[in-house]
Amino acid sequence: MEYLSLFVKSIFVDNMIFAYFLGMCSYLAVSKNVKTANGLGMAVIFVLVCTLPLNYLLNKYILTPGENCIFGPNVDLSFLSFILFIAVIAAFTQLVEMIVEKFLPALYSSLGIFLPLIAVNCAILGGSLFMQQKDFANVGESAVYALGSGLGWYLAIVALAAIREKLSYSNVPAPLKGIGITFITVGLMGIAFMAFMGISL
Amino acid sequence: MANLKETFLTPIFKGNPITVLVLGICSSLAVTVELKGAFVMALSVIAVTGLSSLVVSILRNTIPNRVRIIVQLVVVAMMVILVDQFLKAFAYGIDKQLSVYIGLIITNCIVMGRIEAFALGNKPLASLVDGLANGLGYGMILIIVAFFRELFGSGTLFGFPVLKAIGYTNNGLMILPPMALILLGCVIWVQRSIQKDLQEK
Repeated sequence: MEYLSLFVKSIFVDNMIFAYFLGMCSYLAVSKNVKTANGLGMAVIFVLVCTLPLNYLLNKYILTPGENCIFGPNVDLSFLSFILFIAVIAAFTQLVEMIVEKFLPALYSSLGIFLPLIAVNCAILGGSLFMQQKDFANVGESAVYALGSGLGWYLAIVALAAIREKLSYSNVPAPLKGIGITFITVGLMGIAFMAFMGISL
Repeated sequence: MANLKETFLTPIFKGNPITVLVLGICSSLAVTVELKGAFVMALSVIAVTGLSSLVVSILRNTIPNRVRIIVQLVVVAMMVILVDQFLKAFAYGIDKQLSVYIGLIITNCIVMGRIEAFALGNKPLASLVDGLANGLGYGMILIIVAFFRELFGSGTLFGFPVLKAIGYTNNGLMILPPMALILLGCVIWVQRSIQKDLQEK
């Protein structure tokens, strides 16, 4: 049950986009149509689920001082966490890109251009940094959290892309066209998502 | 020298990284609940963009093109760690309040964007100026949004009660995340009404 409530909570209550604004740059840039939004969303879920548990293990066994640390209880390396996390993410996206290109060319042609973008997507690094704050008990919890936040991000980008497709037929004031009205749309979607805020799981 | 002046002035209004280039929204919106946090965040970003543009520009002829992303990430991560450690030492309360968003400066698109677009092809001094100016342009928007959110959300400015004297009731919606997006949409609206050439078709 704990896994289930963590899962639901990370999708709706702690939604990466509407509660923390993570991954906004690519969220706004790649949400012009549903198809590409779908591809990027999938890629984000995939990379999050793979890197977050990896960073969890690094954090638990190398960075945090204590009985689990392989360098002994007195070595505090936590100041290195930013550089280690981003290195894992960058290396992983590079690796995934090469593997997918070699073995799954069909998937590569649909995801390909988004994979390198993901290394600098705040949602991925943000997930790892939140993981560090949340103190998960084991790898399973961190993986469930990764899947949940990835799905939340996916849901948000596909929803926005669908709205923007419809929005292109409406008569928006000239200075608001494009990015301005998108911001306001995301704000209104955020207000709708706040309905989940009061739920405590 | 006229060139440097232009490099400095463009990012602050005409080519503002947030409202025109739509970069770096990820970590910016969540820190605008009050002016103090926004101010510290703006200073941190100015320091990181300026210094990492400078360092990358000095190294630009020695970085192999294929691995440049990871080299840039390491340089940026190093600068962010310095800023984070500095804040932990001298402003611990604010560092706790900004939580993961300081770490997320690493994936702030402004930093990477300016390095890719400017520092890799220009001399160190010009890159430093460009980095600082982009940080300033970012900080300015941050301060504008934070000003309205704190004034109408809590009735204070930098923590001093301002609106309480005239019997103002705090508007709780301004504190909540979606309002930051809507306010930013309005800032873009105002800017594009003044500068007609920025309007999208």
